[in-house]
Amino acid sequence: MQTGNLLLLLIAIGAAVWYLGYRRSHAVAAPLGGIRHLHSLPSYYAMLAMIWCVLPALALLGMWLIIDDSIIRNSVISALPVAALPTDEVGYNLLMNKIQNVASGALAEDAVQPYVAIAAEHLNSLRRSNTQLLTLFFVCLSVLGGVWGWSRIQPQLRARQRVEKVIQFLLMLSALVAILTTVGIVFSVLFESIRFFGKVSPAEFLFGLEWSPQTALRADQVASSGAFGAVPLFAGTLLISAIALIIAVPVGLMSAIYLAEYAHPKFRAFAKPTLEILAGVPTVVYGFFAALTVAPFIRELGDSIGLSVASESALAAGLVMGVMIIPFVSSLSDDVITAVPNAMRDGSLALGATKSETIKQVIIPAALPGIMGGVLLAASRAIGETMIVVMAAGLAANLTANPLEAVTTITVQIVTLLVGDQEFDSAKTLAAFALGLMLFLTTLALNIIALRIVKKYREQYE
Amino acid sequence: METASSINDTSEAPSQKKTASDNTNSTVKVNATGSVPMNETNIEYPDKTVGFPLVDDPKMSMRDVNVFYGDKQAIFDVNLDVGKNEVIALIGPSGCGKSTFLRSLNRMNDTIDTCRVNGEFHLEGDNIYDPRLDVVELRARVGMVFQKPNPFPKSIYDNVAYGPRLHGLANKRYELDQIVESSLRKAGLWDEVKDRLHQPGTGLSGGQQQRLCIARTIAVSPEVVLMDEPCSALDPIATAKIEQLIDELSSQYTIAIVTHSMQQAARVSHRTAYFHLGRLIEVNDTRKVFTAPDHRLTEAYITGRFG
Ligand SMILES: Nc1ncnc2c1ncn2[C@@H]1O[C@H](COP(=O)(O)OP(=O)(O)O)[C@@H](O)[C@H]1O
Ligand SMILES: [Mg+2]
Repeated sequence: MQTGNLLLLLIAIGAAVWYLGYRRSHAVAAPLGGIRHLHSLPSYYAMLAMIWCVLPALALLGMWLIIDDSIIRNSVISALPVAALPTDEVGYNLLMNKIQNVASGALAEDAVQPYVAIAAEHLNSLRRSNTQLLTLFFVCLSVLGGVWGWSRIQPQLRARQRVEKVIQFLLMLSALVAILTTVGIVFSVLFESIRFFGKVSPAEFLFGLEWSPQTALRADQVASSGAFGAVPLFAGTLLISAIALIIAVPVGLMSAIYLAEYAHPKFRAFAKPTLEILAGVPTVVYGFFAALTVAPFIRELGDSIGLSVASESALAAGLVMGVMIIPFVSSLSDDVITAVPNAMRDGSLALGATKSETIKQVIIPAALPGIMGGVLLAASRAIGETMIVVMAAGLAANLTANPLEAVTTITVQIVTLLVGDQEFDSAKTLAAFALGLMLFLTTLALNIIALRIVKKYREQYE
Repeated sequence: METASSINDTSEAPSQKKTASDNTNSTVKVNATGSVPMNETNIEYPDKTVGFPLVDDPKMSMRDVNVFYGDKQAIFDVNLDVGKNEVIALIGPSGCGKSTFLRSLNRMNDTIDTCRVNGEFHLEGDNIYDPRLDVVELRARVGMVFQKPNPFPKSIYDNVAYGPRLHGLANKRYELDQIVESSLRKAGLWDEVKDRLHQPGTGLSGGQQQRLCIARTIAVSPEVVLMDEPCSALDPIATAKIEQLIDELSSQYTIAIVTHSMQQAARVSHRTAYFHLGRLIEVNDTRKVFTAPDHRLTEAYITGRFG
């Protein structure tokens, strides 16, 4: 039977076991005088029996599916005549492919060597018996588990605790999946980066001033040898993020102060969610807004006062990114400003301070750690932001501090390195992993610092 | 309730008109409205405060005070004087309006949107609620210490220097240093903090924080200090220190203190005002209030019959 059908079957068996377990727990309870003499509610007994039925069978299925393929392959290969045995991995894979193609009928039997045809036959028969065996074991195990679980239903059985344990275990497993995925991604980026640093020295990557990642794909191709100095990318990223923060921090902070301290509650109730919508606008929308509206506008403005502005200026991308991250600053700042205890305001006002003196000298200093946290989160968002810069920032890796020129960023380069066909072990492709690692480390550090600051701030006003 | 009464004549010293003979125990039953929750049946409310709410030559005088939060009235027709260099204790069950009344004395109620204050408030003849009067200046003259110590997240020095800096009380650094030192000395905190003036005020113990708040308040040389349950968040030893401090401060300042501890009222105050459900029931010498109160509500409260 196919795996899907096995699962359907398991659901059916499990449901039956649940029902029987439910019945049995009532039956066990009846002579004692009702279910209140059981340790747990009948549904817990039924659930426990069902767990006994389902979980071992699922575990068997999982394990079986992981190992059966390699066992079958090995047995097919070992049945080959010694002379036909492949010597290296490439040969092994080719042969295995051939056998599989013949077995599935994609390749005619008479087009291949006879020993391949025999092996294909062998493979097919092994697969058939494999499926039969799996079905047999699977069904037996689920039924046995169900019967075992069912027969264990006793008034003293602590079914509730056991079910809780199993549920806790399943929840932990889910959490583990998320964590392990993250760890896996980090390690894969790390290992690919290490491979990259085998081709390009870390010193060149970190301190080189030249970025032109074109390497020859084929030996006969005419191409430069490629330069992987990432400093222009770091500088471009910093420039655009700095412009964004110059916009976002004052605007965000002042709007937070207005919303938290001055605005009428009704206006605040309307304005705060509206501001937060800004954060929900898809970044691609910001991107084409930057590329199609803001960038031409800035260029015309520059032209009209006699400045030459690149059509993809850092300024345009930075401005739009700044608007995008305003909510990160304002929303968090607003939260921490409102969290400053009213006693603090009263204390200052009672000494004769005006409202703005109170805000400037007491509220902001008190809320400063939280505000810093918001700014750092916004900065990490700006550094990792991709869509806006892909659309509005340039590709040329200029090393400049002039916001009117085109610069490029880490994220833009990662995108350009990986768009199109790649060779997996060229320095060009691997460079994307190294850049990704840099990006990841920076934003990780910013996030950790920001969260620590915010947490410390929260503790202060517990 | 808001009819102008004869005592509200602003051109003369208002307290002179009122004599002790007015303050007879004339009482009426106000059960009829039904809006006032009762702790006992047949409670008699005086139509006037019993005892001696008014004094000669007061520091502050309040007439016909009514305070509302939105539609809800929190203070009903209160008349009260606070004498010069006097410590007056405001007592009463919680929710009776002590804090509300106290906060109306330095217009802290202005910070609450729904709060509306009616009545005449005078500080040495100046109308506190005069629109031309600068509330900044008023609060420099009438300082306030709160229930929970609320030092600013600044150094001890900057906490005390905060008010003097706002009001430009010192021209030179050494003048500010002097103000800070003398305020901390008056608050009895100098010896404990003189070596760590530049460490955060939030690092002090609760009792030290509260004395820091008192130092901060007196640093602007107020005439009146309002205290709203200044010891309710403190342990008995810190409380004793603050009580001793209040006693010392009363030689220079006029103090109005809200407290829920009757022992504290008895220890620190000269006069005691008893509030009940927004009304000022009785004002008398503290000793009289705690030995032979004129009104049975006061008696019921001090003998512990309502919380
Ligand atoms: N900010 C406010 N908004 C609305 N009602 C309030 C507010 N502050 C106090 N009150 C009400 O006013 C009454 C008096 O309160 P308060 O002055 O705090 O009493 P006390 O200090 O004597 O315990 C209470 O009924 C309280 O519910
Ligand atoms: Mg109170």
